[in-house]
Amino acid sequence: MSASAATVTPEQLRSGLTRRKLLDQIFVVAGLAVMLGCLAILAVLFIDLVRDGAPRFGWDFLTNFASRRAEKAGILAAWVGTSLIMLVTAVCAVPVGVMAAIYLEEYAPKNWFTAVVEINVTNLAGVPSIVYGLLALGLLVHQLELGQSILAAGLTLALLILPIVIVATRESIRSVPNAIREAAYGLGATRWEVTKDHVLPYSTGGILTGMILGLSRAIGETAPIITIGALSFIAFLPDPPIKSEFPFVSFQWLHDPFTAMPIQMFNWVSRPDQAFQSNAAAAGAILLCMTLAMNGVAIFIRYRFRKKINW
Amino acid sequence: MSDTTAVRSISQSALRYRKLRDRIIEVLLLAAGLVAVFTTLAIVAILVIESSGFFRHVSLIDFFTDTLWTPLFADAHYGIMPLVAGTLTTTMVALVVAVPLGTMIAIYLSEFAPHNVRETVKPILELLGAVPTVVYGYFALTMVTPALQFFMPDLPGFNMLSAGLVIGLMIVPYVSSVSEDAMRAVPLYMREGSYAMGATRLQTALRVVVPGAFSGLAAAFILGISRAVGETMVVAIAAGMQPNLTFDPRQPAATITAYIVQVSLGDLAHGSVGYQSIFAAGLVLMVITLIFNVIGFSLTRKFREAY
Repeated sequence: MSASAATVTPEQLRSGLTRRKLLDQIFVVAGLAVMLGCLAILAVLFIDLVRDGAPRFGWDFLTNFASRRAEKAGILAAWVGTSLIMLVTAVCAVPVGVMAAIYLEEYAPKNWFTAVVEINVTNLAGVPSIVYGLLALGLLVHQLELGQSILAAGLTLALLILPIVIVATRESIRSVPNAIREAAYGLGATRWEVTKDHVLPYSTGGILTGMILGLSRAIGETAPIITIGALSFIAFLPDPPIKSEFPFVSFQWLHDPFTAMPIQMFNWVSRPDQAFQSNAAAAGAILLCMTLAMNGVAIFIRYRFRKKINW
Repeated sequence: MSDTTAVRSISQSALRYRKLRDRIIEVLLLAAGLVAVFTTLAIVAILVIESSGFFRHVSLIDFFTDTLWTPLFADAHYGIMPLVAGTLTTTMVALVVAVPLGTMIAIYLSEFAPHNVRETVKPILELLGAVPTVVYGYFALTMVTPALQFFMPDLPGFNMLSAGLVIGLMIVPYVSSVSEDAMRAVPLYMREGSYAMGATRLQTALRVVVPGAFSGLAAAFILGISRAVGETMVVAIAAGMQPNLTFDPRQPAATITAYIVQVSLGDLAHGSVGYQSIFAAGLVLMVITLIFNVIGFSLTRKFREAY
């Protein structure tokens, strides 16, 4: 008995093996099911939004202002506001983010100061978005007296996506092989010439991807701009940026109050009236299409650049 | 002057110009890098300054021991605990969803899925994390809650359960991508050793890869917690905004984030106690997420160094 317990008979081994292989197969099926389940939920979410919002889709929805009557309400002020905010965000976050990333990858000496900057960037990426809203409320709106303006909202979202742009840019800069840098240095190029003429052209794809992903995050952010105090009922457009008389461009719109797509949707969701829920669904479907399209473009660019470059 | 010296002096002045330009650009780039540092400092400064005004009105003891949070009522109470309870409850529900699903997807993608499946599925899965949170809020309120009410007829229209479930779904791709990175950092020879002993893929995954990637998995869960704690719109829409000291997910309650949204929607005078209270709430939120983030990031660094 004691001797046979230690050794395993071929039958036992075979049945154990079958069992273990079965478990293996069960896990494959379960893993696939969980993954497909998550993707199915994404699909259900989208179909549900489109179905609930279907009666509201149309030209009027895009060209009407918000209204007390659900069937007359539209998202004109919201999408114009969102576009202008995104413009401010992109103009502020992209250059600063790319420059900071270049500094950290190409210039920064290895010392405690660089370590502090790096830890800062990682931590900023984990700060909840509503805390950026509080920063904006205290600093931009009240200390710097920007008020509840498009400029304040754009700057807030720019700070929010800065870590995303920095991390994406750093990754793509890091993937440029050192041999290319050394070859350029060998010909007498300065550090900036190496960066501008060799490193940046190769990392354009990654930088673009990071920029688009950052903006797609910013476009759906609701909490920080609610905190600034975006108004949800706005029945006018910001001052037009292009004028008919000299000097033709105006920046007055930066200081105008605004609303944005996610704010408008939130406002409609929180009303008990069923008719407004349908408006919310329609606005949500458009917002979701925007973010998914931006993510799709980012995936495509990443794929194209990865295919094109062979080190 | 001979031709060669002329050329040399020209090229020397050109070199000087290029070096100067390099210096200037370096300073500009450094300034951009400092924006990140200033942002952090500004966040801390604003939160501390505004909440110091709040704590002149409210003692720290009341803040942590009072069981009511009613800063906007005539009979004002300032106990943060109801908001913390709401935050912890939704986070727990979210983890119950995100940890098993995220880990399973990570094990599947890292140990079982063929290369092309992984490359196709990962970006699509990450779209789950890209959906605007306000859309998830709509989803929780208009689909998940009615579906839950089908099984639990007593469930109120606003509840933490549906908000937590949806937040969990939202952080699945985040948990799975950090866990998968950790598992893929486990060297191949450890898997090969296990296969050579006759282990199946599942046995290898559960007994070799998962223990080997343990610190990375822990990091994924902790970073997931920090995401769930900071999530705002889903709870603001679907969990109701009534502070409620309970750990029962079937109840409506407000989280720290939902309270900040609620106050921001109203029109509070700059400098009033109500206005300052959102910064005090924000400070608590910031401290909680910072603790989780610091632990999470130090764990990820650990698994990167381990192999």
